[in-house]
Amino acid sequence: MRLRINPITETPAVKFTLLGIGLLYIALFLVLPVVAVFNEALRKGFGAYFVAISDPIALSAIKLTFITAAIAVPANLIFGVAASWAVAKFDFRGKSFLITLIDLPFSVSPVVSGLVYVLLFGAQGLVGPWLQAHDIQIVFAVPGIVLATIFVTFPFVARELIPLMQEQGTEEEEAARSLGADGWQTFFRVTLPNIKWGLLYGVLLCNARAMGEFGAVSVVSGKIRGLTNTMPLHVEILYNEYNMVAAFAVASLLASLALVTLVAKGLLEWRYGHELGVART
Amino acid sequence: MKQKIAALAFSLALISQNATAFAAEAPTNILNVSYDVSRELFTQFNQLFAQEWDAKNKTKFEIRQSHGGSSSQARAVLEGLQADVVTFNQVTDVQVLHDKGNLIPANWQTRLPNDSSPFFSFPTFVVRKGNPKNIKDWDDLVKAGVQVVFPNPKTSGNGRYTYLGATAYALKKFGGDKAKARDFAKALFSNVPVFDTGGRAATTTFVNRGIGDVLVTFESEAYGIRHEAGEDKVDVVTPSVSFLAEFPVTVVDKVVDARNSRVAATAYLQALYSPSGQELIAKNFYRPRDAAVTQKYAAQFPAVTLVSAKDFGGWDAISKEHFADGAIVDQIYVNK
Repeated sequence: MRLRINPITETPAVKFTLLGIGLLYIALFLVLPVVAVFNEALRKGFGAYFVAISDPIALSAIKLTFITAAIAVPANLIFGVAASWAVAKFDFRGKSFLITLIDLPFSVSPVVSGLVYVLLFGAQGLVGPWLQAHDIQIVFAVPGIVLATIFVTFPFVARELIPLMQEQGTEEEEAARSLGADGWQTFFRVTLPNIKWGLLYGVLLCNARAMGEFGAVSVVSGKIRGLTNTMPLHVEILYNEYNMVAAFAVASLLASLALVTLVAKGLLEWRYGHELGVART
Repeated sequence: MKQKIAALAFSLALISQNATAFAAEAPTNILNVSYDVSRELFTQFNQLFAQEWDAKNKTKFEIRQSHGGSSSQARAVLEGLQADVVTFNQVTDVQVLHDKGNLIPANWQTRLPNDSSPFFSFPTFVVRKGNPKNIKDWDDLVKAGVQVVFPNPKTSGNGRYTYLGATAYALKKFGGDKAKARDFAKALFSNVPVFDTGGRAATTTFVNRGIGDVLVTFESEAYGIRHEAGEDKVDVVTPSVSFLAEFPVTVVDKVVDARNSRVAATAYLQALYSPSGQELIAKNFYRPRDAAVTQKYAAQFPAVTLVSAKDFGGWDAISKEHFADGAIVDQIYVNK
């Protein structure tokens, strides 16, 4: 949205100074580190770069990261839509408590989120002994990693949808119902089209975090090479081993994923800003 | 929706079954949970062991590795990380598997030779090229104008060994006079410009930031640091006396019994004592136990007198006397 008349009457000098500070800040704290990552990754040329990312252990870390995201994101998508639907379209007791609960993973340190699962499913934990007796491994295996990832990425979709759906109100759904549509029809024909861009936006953020999560996953991973290491964990290990080129090569993959997310997000905002804007006005 | 959740739960269960697909038959893999800087050694050793094992048993054997801080790795094993064997750098980290989780028997240390420590190391000195301050022994570290770098004994195992090495030297020099040994350690501490929290940070302080005349660290690390910093930048100096750092290993009984992997896990640890295993250990700058291999690498490993935890009354006594809150290290550290 562009305004023809600038309501703020600052001199150009002030305007450019502010703009300059903003740009400098972005260059220093965002662009420079990203450039440094790619620079370090390619320090020994493309050959070393591809050797580093096609290493079987690196590949398995990449695979595990994608598997984790492929489970965590849909799970949180279903939960997020259901929760925001409930919060936005119905009135019930304890609604604000539910909203607070949804926000919980944002306020808890990821390390604590990981430890919670160790306390629950670890051998000395609450249900750990029972799981061990039945030969089911949750922590220090893929399920633990997926659970921890779901936990930390839990609020992204719901947080995006709740204000949007609250803003939209229930009139359109009511109209659909009075014209004879059933619940699912109302959802797919009326609600979903209204929230689709907000939903996509939430899914993008959720996915970015799911792939990049370090703290919670590092606690429940067990760090078994080629088996329970995700990309962020693999980066740390390579770095600790003084294997800088490989560490930054894998880091650059993560950065690329983040950049793709950012570009997709930017495109969404540019193209469907008016619809997305509802969530933020 | 219910179906979807059920499907999700089912697929999670499938994955977990997969990850722990441990049948009653002997598995073709074991997991070695280890400390953080041992990767290079065990990558080479695993290859060696798998070759020998495959040739003998006509299998495709795989050794999986997990590396992290020794104490946090012990914690993970206690919480259910399915380690067939652990290879740590502190006896107390293995002992905790018995004390807190009953995963191994009390006599675990007697099951393999050399108190179940197939190799060892000790704190030694890394100095600037040409040794400009002429540092030869612990005596030279307490001289005025010498800056010594090692990590904080309160937070780092590496730092604790350094303190014990200096104390062992002082006790020997002063005929067992504990008050004098204490003053010696105090003088050493007062020559430390910065106490880093861990060994890696201390290395960075010495190598990258160029602080200090001497870095005290394990001999096994010292040569790696020399390689990393450049042979033309630093030298390694071996003191006359130091403190034995053991690298205890054990089979985790509870896990190998459940997985039926005891035979392979035991063979794996025994192979660490074999001539070829010992040679690999020496090549990675850890000191071997095997006499013939020690002889062969004598040029690389100067003679040193090592004092062990047993000489100091065992780790419990050491911890109480030196490292507990308010014990000697606290006193000389605060009074700095």
